[in-house]
Amino acid sequence: MEHYNMNLTLKVWKQKDGKSKGGFETYQVKNISSEMSFLEMFDVLNEQLIHEGKEPIAFDHDCREGICGMCSMYINGRPHGPWQGTTTCQLHMRAFKDGDTIVVEPWRANAFPVLKDLVVDRTAFDRIIQAGGYVSVNTGVTVDGNAIPINKDNADKAFAAAACIGCGACVAACKNSSALLFLSAKTSHLALLPQGQTERNKRSLAMVAQMDKEGFGSCTNTGACEAVCPKEIEITNIARLNRDFTAAGLAADVKG
Amino acid sequence: MNWSQLFTSSVGKKVTMALSGLFLVAFLLVHAGLNACIWANDGGVMFNVAAHFMGANVVPRVLEIGLFVFFLLHIIQGLVLEIQNRSKRKVGYAIPMGNKGSKWYSRAMGILGSIILIFLVIHLIDFWIPSRFGGLGQMYIDMSTHQIVSAGTPGAKEYHDLYGEMVYKFTNYPWISVVYILGVIALFWHLVHGIQSAFRTFGVTNHKYISILTVVGWSFAIIVCGAFIMMPISFLAGWIS
Repeated sequence: MEHYNMNLTLKVWKQKDGKSKGGFETYQVKNISSEMSFLEMFDVLNEQLIHEGKEPIAFDHDCREGICGMCSMYINGRPHGPWQGTTTCQLHMRAFKDGDTIVVEPWRANAFPVLKDLVVDRTAFDRIIQAGGYVSVNTGVTVDGNAIPINKDNADKAFAAAACIGCGACVAACKNSSALLFLSAKTSHLALLPQGQTERNKRSLAMVAQMDKEGFGSCTNTGACEAVCPKEIEITNIARLNRDFTAAGLAADVKG
Repeated sequence: MNWSQLFTSSVGKKVTMALSGLFLVAFLLVHAGLNACIWANDGGVMFNVAAHFMGANVVPRVLEIGLFVFFLLHIIQGLVLEIQNRSKRKVGYAIPMGNKGSKWYSRAMGILGSIILIFLVIHLIDFWIPSRFGGLGQMYIDMSTHQIVSAGTPGAKEYHDLYGEMVYKFTNYPWISVVYILGVIALFWHLVHGIQSAFRTFGVTNHKYISILTVVGWSFAIIVCGAFIMMPISFLAGWIS
C-alpha cells in the first residue's frame, strides 16, 4: 500500500475529571504518516501539545498490539473506528485521508464514568468477572492436556469466546449500554468446556446479578455489539447465556 | 434465585418479553385467520358467525383474558425497559452509530411498539368495544342455508353485524384505512425483529436454526401483515361487497 502523509482536524472530548462538564476541543495535526497507528497519531498530537505548554489528552492504552483491551476510543461514530475486527491501537491512519475531520469521544455509559478526557472507568467489568468468571480448581502438578477429551467444535467456540479482551466496545455500541456480549463471552468460554460445568449455573446467575447492579442496560438483540467487537465475538454467545441463565434460575433450589 | 429475582433480572425480563411476545404472535395468526372470513364474500355471514363464536364461546373468552394479561405485560414491561435502557447513557454521543452494525427496526422496537399501542387503542375503540358492549347493528342469518334473512323469519338467528361495521368504517372513512395500514406497517417491523429475537432469548445458538428462524420471522410478518393490510384495501377497492 502506498505511503502518504495527511493533515487532519481532530475534535476530541476533553473533560477535567468525573465531576466536570466536558466539551469538544479542536486540534490540527500535520504530516501524519499513513503507516502510523491511531494512537501514534495521538502521541504526535500530545507531543505537540506538550511543546505548546498545553495539557496532553488523556487516553487509555497498554499493549498496542490489539490484545490487552485498554484502548477505548469512539471514533467517528463507531467504537475503535471504521475497521472491522480492529482495536483502536491497530487502526492505522491509512483508514483516513488528507483533510479529514475525525471526532473522538470516550465510551458513553453510566456504568463507564469518564475519569478524564477519553479515559473511562471500566472496573465494572472486573467486578462482573469476580462475581463468577472463573473455575475453582486446586492447583498442583500440571495436568495432562489431553486428560479430558473435548470435541473440536466446542473447543473452537470456547476459544473464540475466550478471545474477548474486555475493552467495552460492546457496551459503547449498544443503544441500551448492555454488557451482555462481554458477559456471555466470559460465561461461554467456560460453559463450553467440561471444566466449566461445575459452576455453570452459579456463574451465570452471579455474573448477571452483578451486571445489573453495575447499572448496565438490558440486551435487546440489536447486534450492534457483535458488529463493533474487535475480537468478533459472536452474538450467539448471548443466546447461550440467556439459556444458561434461564435454566439456572429455574433450577435454583431456594426457599420462598 | 427465587421467582421474583429471576423475572426482575435483565435476562429474566427478556424472557418475559419473548414469551408474551410469542403468545401475541399466536394471537395474530388466529386474528388474521378469522378476519380472512371476509373474503368468503358472502355479505359477512361467515365472518359474523366466526366473530360471534369468539365472543360467545367460553374457550376464546378465557383465552381473551390471557390475551389481555399478556398484552398488558408486554406493553408495560416494554415501556419500562425502554425508559430504563435509555437512562443507562446519560451523556450521549455527538455522532450516533446509526445503522453501523444494527438495523433501524431492531433499535426502534420501543417506538414501533408505541405506535402499535396507539393503533391498538384506536382498533379496540373501533371494533372490540362495540362488539362486546353493544353499538353494532344486527344481522339475521338462517343457519340451515347460511343466508342473510330478515328479522322474524323462522329459523333466523341474530348476530352482531361486525362485518357491516368494517364495511362502513373502511369504505366511508379512508383515513381510518390509512391509520390501520400505518399501524400494521409498524407491526410488521416489530415482528421482523421480535420473532427472531425471541428465539435468541430462548437460547437458540445454532446458526442453521437462527437463519431459518429469521426467515420464518420475515415470512410470518409478510403473510400476516399482508393479510391485515389487504382487508381495508379490499373494501376500498370494492373487491368484496
